[in-house]
Amino acid sequence: MEPEIAVEGLSKRFGPVSAVDCLSFAVNRGEIFGLVGPDGAGKTTTMRMLAGVMSCDGGRMKVAGHDVAANAEAVKGSISYMPQRFGLYEDLTVDENIRFYADLFGVARTERRERGAMLLKAAGMTEFRDRLAGKLSGGMKQKLGLICALIHRPRVLLLDEPTTGVDPVSRREFWQVLYSLLAQGVTIIISTAYLDEAERCSRLALLHKGRLLLCDTPENLKKRMPGATVVVSSPQARDLRELLAGAEGVSTVILVGAGLHLVVDDADRRVPELKARIQSAGIAFDEITASEPAIEDLFVAYVQGR
Amino acid sequence: MSPRRLIAMSRKEFIQIVRDPRSLLIALLMPVMQMVLLGYGVSLDAKNIPVYVYDQEGSQDSQALLKRFQASPYFDVRKTVNSYRDLRYAIDSDRCKLAIVIPFDFSRKLRDTGFAPVQVIVDGTDDNTANLSKGYARAVIARFSADVQHNWLQRQGMPIAASNGNISVDTRIWFNEDLESRNFIIPGIVALVMALVGALLTSLTIAREWERGTMEQLLSTPITPSEVMLGKLIPYFMVGMADAALCLMMSVWWFGVPFRGTLASFFTTTALFLIVILGIGFMISVAIRNQLGASMIALLVTLMPTSLLSGYAFPIDQMPAAVRAITYLVYSRYYVTILKAIYLKGVGVKALGAEMTALAVYAAVIGLLATRAFRKTLD
Repeated sequence: MEPEIAVEGLSKRFGPVSAVDCLSFAVNRGEIFGLVGPDGAGKTTTMRMLAGVMSCDGGRMKVAGHDVAANAEAVKGSISYMPQRFGLYEDLTVDENIRFYADLFGVARTERRERGAMLLKAAGMTEFRDRLAGKLSGGMKQKLGLICALIHRPRVLLLDEPTTGVDPVSRREFWQVLYSLLAQGVTIIISTAYLDEAERCSRLALLHKGRLLLCDTPENLKKRMPGATVVVSSPQARDLRELLAGAEGVSTVILVGAGLHLVVDDADRRVPELKARIQSAGIAFDEITASEPAIEDLFVAYVQGR
Repeated sequence: MSPRRLIAMSRKEFIQIVRDPRSLLIALLMPVMQMVLLGYGVSLDAKNIPVYVYDQEGSQDSQALLKRFQASPYFDVRKTVNSYRDLRYAIDSDRCKLAIVIPFDFSRKLRDTGFAPVQVIVDGTDDNTANLSKGYARAVIARFSADVQHNWLQRQGMPIAASNGNISVDTRIWFNEDLESRNFIIPGIVALVMALVGALLTSLTIAREWERGTMEQLLSTPITPSEVMLGKLIPYFMVGMADAALCLMMSVWWFGVPFRGTLASFFTTTALFLIVILGIGFMISVAIRNQLGASMIALLVTLMPTSLLSGYAFPIDQMPAAVRAITYLVYSRYYVTILKAIYLKGVGVKALGAEMTALAVYAAVIGLLATRAFRKTLD
């Protein structure tokens, strides 16, 4: 089966800076493919080139059967792109925005009404259809963006950090919609700064400074993780980080929410050692356990390794 | 070109104009304000020129001359003073624009020699008013001296005809019979309003999409560049035509400017002019991606030449040759010429062939350039 999205040697330079450097990957139909990496990794630039809104300096992109590098306009009827920044008209109502995008994609009127009503209902936004988009909450804005993106049944959905700044409940709802789309055979590329979200993708590409570091399923990526992860939750996480950084057998210390992730060589041996060390330093902590490595840990380990 | 996408774009843009107080203000209030401010404010007529008098003699003859000034609609004799110093002060402090000094031997010289000098001092800071008031004063005095001469001859029992000469000039003014500068200026203000409103509104249209971050998503849809351009300009074109109708109604019904041409010729030329203005505004908006910068540049390239080089208030044939040559490049020059002719002469489109052609060529070229200006890409 030919992949729905095929990228080969894709490159983009901004002056002396290489934003995307010889990137290659392929995404199959019905996959949700995640692009992860720190700011400046080239996620947004890659998305823009795939959406045909930015030219590339080299390489080939095939999206939904169209050669985007050669003819960007041809692909636009088959895809939907949600830019990182809210791209809808805040001075138009929810309904007016949906209608505008439906018209631009040539959706028939009856289909627009039915599909619009269905999508609004699924997003729990039916009662807000006459509200100005600018007056919606962050989560609802993102859902409206998704509705406008889905009104024409795209084959490929490109989402650039769609859940940044969105509350956890809305994020969960957002992902439910995405899963239902996968079941319908839509292919999704999503970039995200939330690494817990990255684990929900079928495959991931880790980008760093425009280059592809790794590309595999989240499970396989975790298997490559050297050593083991230890999670410590503590109200004084910052003090703990100073204490534990550079401790014997600890290669990486990452601050995560109200706690730390430590990468250690041998969890069974190090957990009691670390526990004793924290207690003797008199820093409060709730729990210290060995844990499954998260994508985050893997990512930090890889980026720091460079 | 898909009609569906075109209509969608126009409808969206129209909703945005209606919901944006700033755009509405520019579209509706600006024309009225411009018409009122410029219609009343810019007047090249000199009426009720303030006059101070220093009558050194205070005789019947001197009073008779002053009465002529009082009777003239062009002069407003404000005050009589008793020294040059007071006159100087009055002119310095802008209390009068013209001063009349009648010497102490005025009536004696008039009686004995039939020739008596009168001094007229004119404030030359505003040369237009100075020239006009000098001319009017000369006319009033000439009329007075003719009457004096006439009476004198009559008293001497001499034939009157001999003194008046045989040739008389009977001037008749066409098209602006009352020589009202308002009739000359207001048709040009229509051009000014069109340039201001059209350029200001369209200069914002693309810049706004960039500024608010809506452009990126728009670029990812199948809409074509010409659909973006036309779809965006159609609402502004309609606003412009409505403003033109508003200006026409105000000029005729409020300011009483004669409108002798046909509505068809008025709106045809206005449509051509609008295409030029909107095209320029659109190109600026494409080039400069922020609203403030775009609107400043738009004013610079549309309003400035239209107010200075179109001949709307400052006649082109009085400009230096080099500047006059430049005015041929100023598209508003043609529109203003046509407007004045339509308003005051009532001529049709045919008589204005050259100007119409120039304007149409401009519209075609700008229209074409505008279509190519917008590219669907972020880089």
